[in-house]
Amino acid sequence: MSTPEIDSLLQQSYRHGFVTDIESDTLPPGLDEDVVRFISRKKKEPEFLLNWRLKAYRHWLTMKEPHWAKLRVHPIDYQGISYFSAPKRDPNAPKSLAEVDPKLLATYEKLGVPLHERARLAGVAVDAVFDSVSVATTFKERLAEAGVIFCSFSDAVQKHPALIEKYLGTVVPHTDNFFAALNSAVFSDGSFVYVPPGVRCPMELSTYFRINAKNTGQFERTLIIAAPGSHVSYLEGCTAPMRDENQLHAAVVELITEDDAEIKYSTVQNWYPGDERGIGGIYNFVTKRGECRGRNSKISWTQVETGSAITWKYPSCVLKGENSVGEFYSVATANNYQQADTGTKMIHIGANTKSTIVSKGISAGHGQNSYRGLVKILPSAHGARNFTQCDSLLMGGNCGAHTFPYIETRNPSATVEHEASTSKISEDQLFYCLQRGIDEEDAVNMIVSGFCKTVLDVLPMEFAVEAQNLLAVSLEGAVG
Amino acid sequence: MSALLEISNLSAKVGGKNVLNGLSLTIGAGEVHAIMGPNGSGKSTLSYVLAGRPGYEITGGSVRYRGADLLSLPTEERARAGLFLGFQYPVEIPGVNNVYLLKAALNAKRKASGQQEVDAYEFLQLVRAKMKLMQIDESFLKRGVNEGFSGGEKKRNEILQMLVLEPALAVLDETDSGLDIDALKVVAKGVNSLRSSERGVLLITHYQRLLDHVVPDFVHVLARGRIAKTGGKELALELERRGYDWVLEVA
Ligand SMILES: Nc1ncnc2c1ncn2[C@@H]1O[C@H](COP(=O)(O)OP(=O)(O)OP(=O)(O)O)[C@@H](O)[C@H]1O
Ligand SMILES: [Mg+2]
Repeated sequence: MSTPEIDSLLQQSYRHGFVTDIESDTLPPGLDEDVVRFISRKKKEPEFLLNWRLKAYRHWLTMKEPHWAKLRVHPIDYQGISYFSAPKRDPNAPKSLAEVDPKLLATYEKLGVPLHERARLAGVAVDAVFDSVSVATTFKERLAEAGVIFCSFSDAVQKHPALIEKYLGTVVPHTDNFFAALNSAVFSDGSFVYVPPGVRCPMELSTYFRINAKNTGQFERTLIIAAPGSHVSYLEGCTAPMRDENQLHAAVVELITEDDAEIKYSTVQNWYPGDERGIGGIYNFVTKRGECRGRNSKISWTQVETGSAITWKYPSCVLKGENSVGEFYSVATANNYQQADTGTKMIHIGANTKSTIVSKGISAGHGQNSYRGLVKILPSAHGARNFTQCDSLLMGGNCGAHTFPYIETRNPSATVEHEASTSKISEDQLFYCLQRGIDEEDAVNMIVSGFCKTVLDVLPMEFAVEAQNLLAVSLEGAVG
Repeated sequence: MSALLEISNLSAKVGGKNVLNGLSLTIGAGEVHAIMGPNGSGKSTLSYVLAGRPGYEITGGSVRYRGADLLSLPTEERARAGLFLGFQYPVEIPGVNNVYLLKAALNAKRKASGQQEVDAYEFLQLVRAKMKLMQIDESFLKRGVNEGFSGGEKKRNEILQMLVLEPALAVLDETDSGLDIDALKVVAKGVNSLRSSERGVLLITHYQRLLDHVVPDFVHVLARGRIAKTGGKELALELERRGYDWVLEVA
C-alpha cells in the first residue's frame, strides 16, 4: 500500500469517530450559543436553566484549558464534538452476546459481573436481552415509600424544578473551572437524589442505578442533597469496561449535606484506558465537590480509579458546618501509558471540622500517577484537624509516582498531619508468596490489595470484591 | 528407591560471590538433618537455592528431589511439590490477611495435585487446630502476614504454615533463633508432629538446644560453602563445646 493511501485510510477512520448523521435530533459537531439553546429547548427546560447554561457558556469562552496538572494531553478540539444527540440505537451494536468480542466477555468473567448484566454492558441492544422493568419498579416503590427522590437529572428538571433551581451550581458554580463551565453549558443528563429530613435511604443507590444506567453522555451532571438528619450511600460507575466512543468526559458532581446528614459517595471508574502503546483511551476531567453545610454533617468520597487514558479528578469537601467531617479514600492505578492526576481538596471553614485523606497510588508500565491535595484551614476553623496519608507503590522501573501536598493553615489551633511513603513491590514479598506455592500473578494481586486495604475496606461490600478483581485485571501483565 | 533430596557437588553464586562450593548432601525419607556452621558460611544461601530464589546463579552440580531435577522447576512449583522453606527473616506483607495467604497457598498446592479447593469451614477448623498446637492466639487469624509480629511470633507463624501445608521436605532456617524457652518447645513439638517415614526435615541452627527437642539423625557442619563434617547427634554437642575451629582446620 502506498503512503498516501495509508494516510487517507487513517484519515477516514479518524473522521469516522466524529461523524454524526444530520437528523432533526442530532446536532453536527460544533459549539455556540445556538447549540446551548437547542439543547435546553430539546429538553424542555425552564427559563432559569437556559439562562444558567448561557451564563456558563459565556464564561467558558473567557477561560483557558488548565495545564497545570502533571499530564500530557493531546489538544482537544471542542468544535469537533457533537453536543447533542438523542439516544438511539447504534446500528453496529451487537445483536447478542455471541457477537461480542470474546476478550471483553473474558474480562467480565474475571470481574464477576453477573450474567444478566454482561449483555447490557457489552452494548447489546437492551430490549432484546432482558427486561429489568419489574426490578426497577420494586426499587422505585421502596424509595418512594421512604420519600427519597432518585431519578435522572432531566426528570428532576421537569418534576422538581424548585429543588434544581435552589441547589444547582451552589457547590460547583458555573465559573468554577474550564471543564465545569463547559459542563454547565452543555450537560446532557445524570442523576438527581434528594433524601428528606431524618430519612435513612433504605438501599445503596447503586443496584438500581446499574440496572438502569443509560448512556448519560460525556457531560454528566449529578446533584445529591441530604436534608437534615438523613443518610445516603451512592455508588457510581461500574467495574466492567464500558463501551464508549466519547474521548472527552467532563462530569460535574455536587453533594450537599445539611445538619447531621451524611453522604457516602463511592466510585469505581474503569473507562477505556487506551492500548498497551498508549493509543486511544478516554480523557476524564471531572469536578466533584461536596459541601457539608450543616453541623455534624459528613461527606465521604471513596474512589477506585483504574480506567481512562487521562484522569484529572479531585473530589473535594467544603467543611462549613461546625464539627463536620470530610473523608477521601482513593486508589488510583496507572498502567501502560495511563496518566492519573488525582487527589482532593479539604477546605475547613467551620470550627472543629475534621478531614481524613487516604490515597493509594499504584504505577506500573509507563504509568504516571500523581497525588495532588490541598488542605486549607481558614481563620474561622478553630480546632480543625486533618490527617493525610499518601502511599505510592511502583511496579517496574519505567513508571512514576508524584506527590503534591499543599497545606495552608490560617488558624494556629489546627492540627495537620501528613504521612507519605513510596515503595516497590519487594522481591522478598514476592518470593515469600511464590515459596508458598502461589503463582506470581496471584501474589502481585495479593500484595496490591494489601497495599490498598484501608481504602477497599471502606467500599460498600458489594463493590469491594469487584474492585479487588478490577485491580487485578487492570494491572495484568504489570510484573514479569 | 531414590532419596528424598540428593544434592551433588552444588556450586552457586550470589552478588558475584561464590558462596556454595561443591556441596553434597543426601536426605532420605524419614530423616531429620541438622546443618550448623559459622555465620556467612552459606546456610541460608543453600536454603534459597533449594527454594529457587531469583538472583542465585547455579554454577555447577545438581539437585534431585524425589528423583526429578529440582533446579529446573520454577519456585512455586517446587513449593507445590512439597518443598517448604521456613524463613530466617519472614517478611511482612501489610494488609494481606495471614489466613488468606495460607488458604491461597494450600489451594495452590491442592490444585497442582488435582484435588478440590479446600472447604472454607474445614480450612478454618484445620487452621484453628494447628494454631492451638502452636499456641498462637486466634486474633492472629485476622492480622496481616507477619505484620507487626514479634520475632518469636513470626517464627511460630512459619511453623503454623508448615503444619497446614504438610510439606514432604521442610527446610527450616534458624527457626529457633530468637525464641524463648517455652516457644522453643512449642516449635519443636510442631516439627516433631510433622515427622514421618515419608518426610524429611533440614534444620539450620546455631544452637544445640533445639536438637535436644528435635533429635536429628545427622548433623553436618557447613563451612566455606561445602559440608566440612558429618556426624550423629553427638556432633552438635561437641561443636557446642569446642566451636568450629577444629573442623575448619581439618577441612
Ligand atoms: N546478595 C548478596 N550479595 C553479596 N553477597 C551475598 C549476598 N547474599 C549473601 N551473600 C554472602 O554470602 C555469604 C553466605 O551468606 P548466608 O546468608 O548464606 O550465610 P549463613 O550461613 O546463612 O549465615 P548466618 O549464620 O549469619 O545466617 C555471606 O558472606 C553473605 O554476605
Ligand atoms: Mg542464614
